[in-house]
Amino acid sequence: MTILTIVLFLFLLIGIFFNGLGSVGLLRFPDVYTRLHATTKCTTFGSIFSSLSVIIFGFYFWKASGDAKFGVLALHTLVALICLIVTNPTGSHAIARAAHRSGVMPKRAVIDELKEANLK
Amino acid sequence: MIPFISTFVLSFFAYLFLTASQGEVLKLWSHYEIFAGIIIALIVAIFASQVLFQKRSYRLLNPYKWVLFLCYFFGPFLHALIKANIDVAYRVITGKINPGIVKISPQLKSDAAITMLANSITLTPGTLSVDIDEDNNDLYIHWINVTDLKPSIEDICGNFPEWVRRIAE
Repeated sequence: MTILTIVLFLFLLIGIFFNGLGSVGLLRFPDVYTRLHATTKCTTFGSIFSSLSVIIFGFYFWKASGDAKFGVLALHTLVALICLIVTNPTGSHAIARAAHRSGVMPKRAVIDELKEANLK
Repeated sequence: MIPFISTFVLSFFAYLFLTASQGEVLKLWSHYEIFAGIIIALIVAIFASQVLFQKRSYRLLNPYKWVLFLCYFFGPFLHALIKANIDVAYRVITGKINPGIVKISPQLKSDAAITMLANSITLTPGTLSVDIDEDNNDLYIHWINVTDLKPSIEDICGNFPEWVRRIAE
């Protein structure tokens, strides 16, 4: 067990934990908006950590073995991570907006200013 | 001309990033790859230069703003993201929610700024941006734990609007 393995497993565990938490939230929360809370935040954070683990693995073995395929793995995971951080909140915003416009109201809501505003 | 050059540089760097493996140039790319990349980036720039800067505002090309963006991303944003996940973990386990949709007026003007703020709000504790009033850029926020029916901007997203204003406006 080197320090590298410990760090990799730690990051993977954190990633799996938060991604799992997002799935539990998806089952437990009552309506689409609160479910989006769980899935967006948790999958972004969990995927940051699982991708970081892959990136560290890739760069370390690129340095150690000089084989370019590890570098390609790390760089492509980095691109995927950046795209994920940008598109995840955008996608959840699109789902929430579409849900509200097609008449799915938030359950147990104490206030709904969007319904009162009546946007076109 | 500025949209063409910046689109070219951006697509060329994206190409270099995706093709980096082995070769003569800096041990990462071969000469053929660089040559092909220049041609592909030129084609992309010819067709896409009208897309990237539709509003003709070039403020985001300033390198000082990129440094500021990185400071924002690794400082307050990452801190808020960690807090958001602990908050969601708490709410998933206990099931305590008090949701509602509230309105805030961050008084931002450019599209880039409002996009960045809406994405930041979605990833920070207990809030999710649902819709926008495009006339005056008011954001409608789904708040999982409503404590105040007419919240101030600080209640929802702290000092993010000031950061975003400095970066993108």
